[in-house]
Order: sequence, then C-alpha cells, then structure tokens
Amino acid sequence: MHSFGYRANAVLTFALTILALMCAIASFSDNFNFPSPSAEIQIVGFNGFKKKPHGNDEVSLTMNITADLQSLFTWNTKQLFVFVAAEYETPQNSLNQVSLWDAIILAKEHAKFWIQTKNKYRFVDQGSNLRGKDFNLTLHWHVMPKTGKMFADKLVMSGFRIPEEHR
Amino acid sequence: MGWIAEHVESIKSMKIRDTLSQLITLGMIVSTALIIWKALMCLTGSESPVVVVLSGSMEPGFKRGDILFLHMSEAPFRAGEIVVYNVEGKPIPIVHRVIEVHEQENSGKVDMLTKGDANHADDRSLYAYGQNWLKPQQIMGRAVGFVPYAGWVTIIMTEKPIIKYMLVGALDSAGETYLLF
Repeated sequence: MHSFGYRANAVLTFALTILALMCAIASFSDNFNFPSPSAEIQIVGFNGFKKKPHGNDEVSLTMNITADLQSLFTWNTKQLFVFVAAEYETPQNSLNQVSLWDAIILAKEHAKFWIQTKNKYRFVDQGSNLRGKDFNLTLHWHVMPKTGKMFADKLVMSGFRIPEEHR
Repeated sequence: MGWIAEHVESIKSMKIRDTLSQLITLGMIVSTALIIWKALMCLTGSESPVVVVLSGSMEPGFKRGDILFLHMSEAPFRAGEIVVYNVEGKPIPIVHRVIEVHEQENSGKVDMLTKGDANHADDRSLYAYGQNWLKPQQIMGRAVGFVPYAGWVTIIMTEKPIIKYMLVGALDSAGETYLLF
C-alpha cells in the first residue's frame, strides 16, 4: 500500500485535482466581470461593384471602426477575437452574415483602437441582391479565456445602405 | 510436510486475490471513463463532447494539445462560432470558425463558410471536391469551453503507443487511480 508507485500516484492525482479546481475557479471568476464595450462603424465609401460570372453580386467598401473593448479583458483572458459582419435579408435567405474584417487582440492595451480598412474578406452575396440593399454592420467579439468557458457578444449598427449606382 | 503444503496453498490464493483485485481496479477505471464519456454525450448532445486540437490553424486561440468541450444544441449556427466539422472522405474532424452564414427560412437550408483564425484563406479548399458551403449536418458541435495542454496525453499516446502500454502497466501496479482519459 505504501509503495513508491502508490505515493507518486497519490501526489499526481492530488496535483491534477487542485489544478483542475483552480482552472474551474478562474473560469468562474469571469462571471463577475460586467463589461461595457463601445464601438462605432462608419462607411467611408463604396469602392466597387462586381457581378460575378454565375450572377453573384460583390461589393467592396472602406470603413472606419472605432472601438473600446478594454473592459472585456480579465485576468483569465487570453485573447479577443473581433470581427465585423454585414448582416442582411434577401428574398431567398432570411439571414445572411458575411464577415468583412476581423482581428485578434492579445492585450488590453490594444483593445481600444481606431482603424480605417477595406473589407478584408470578400463581400459576396448568394445571388444578385446587393444593389440598393439595406444592411447592418455588427461588431462581434469572442472572448477566449486562458482556461474555461468562452464568451461572445455583439453590437449591432444598423442603417447602412449599398447605393444603386456604382462608378 | 503438512505445513509446507499449507504455505504453498496460501501463497497461491494470495496471488489470485492480488491479480483479481488488480483486474477489478482496471475494470473500474475503464468503466468509470466510459460512464463519464457517455454521460457527457447525453449532457452536451454531441457525439464527441471532448476533442483535442491537433493543428495550429486556430492559433493563438487554440494550440496543438489543447482540449475543447463541445456542445450541440438546436440553436442555429451563427458567424463567429467555432465549430468542429467532418469532411466527407477525411478521417480527422476540423476545428474552425464560421465566417459566413446564409440561411433560408422556408426550406431550413443553411450554407456556411469557415476559416481558421491563423489561416489566410477560407476553408473552401478543405471541403470535399465541388463543395462550396459547409452544411449543418457535417457539424459535430460548437466549442464552448477550453482547457490548455490537457490533450497532450492523448496526442502522445496516439503517436507513441508504447507509452500507452507503459501507462496501463503503471496503473495496474499502482492499484488505485483517478486518472481518466
């Protein structure tokens, strides 16, 4: 009963139990953070409109993204995955979400930012519904913890419109 | 001569008892692991509730050897969620993020596009030949929780089977253990 193997096993088991418990507590402590993130997105301009061969519309745009997501960071936060998605409805689809831009924020100091950017990913519709289309831009964030439960939330900014005519 | 036979008898019975108790302990370990696994399957609704990350395509969020807890619910899939999906003809499931969703209301048809956070291009080239969109039927679950490094045990055991046998041997001799994989 008191062999080396038995004792090594007991120590290992105890260490792992404590470690697991500490991870659980660290993850649980995230629940006491009540963040108040803010963000604003402006569209600077539409740079182009393309009709792809099989009929899908594609739009290119430039936007200004201003955000303060510092309050999302806790001691258990490894990174923040932030992305901007265009969300709109078409006769065929009740929901379209197209990611336009994303970023990984590793430190609290970088979570307050301003950026002017073109869409990083292509804004292509499933069909040809983008002329004069009303759409929302939504800033989503996914909090990835050092350990434990992941959190996600978003800010919806509505009232954007793709013009009918393009140069 | 009588007392020798007695001793031999007792030694023989001891050995059988030891072996039996070791076998039972091993059986307990295996069945406890199975019970926990099956219970997690019921609770999470996912056929593989715990998966190990094998590639670095989601770095720095998930690294090789991290463990993900999956959940499968009726809730519709949305952009930003990290899902684990199967591709027809590929044995290993992929953990990537949904970046596009096109959902039809009437038919319930959902088209999705995924991408690894650390990859430059989206996943179209990973899908089966001629497949442009990921379907909900391919998804095994969405990642809801995360534990770093814990999956290394599994990776090492899969890639160096000898360690698995050594570990089973160690469990056997140590008697009781609470280590479950």
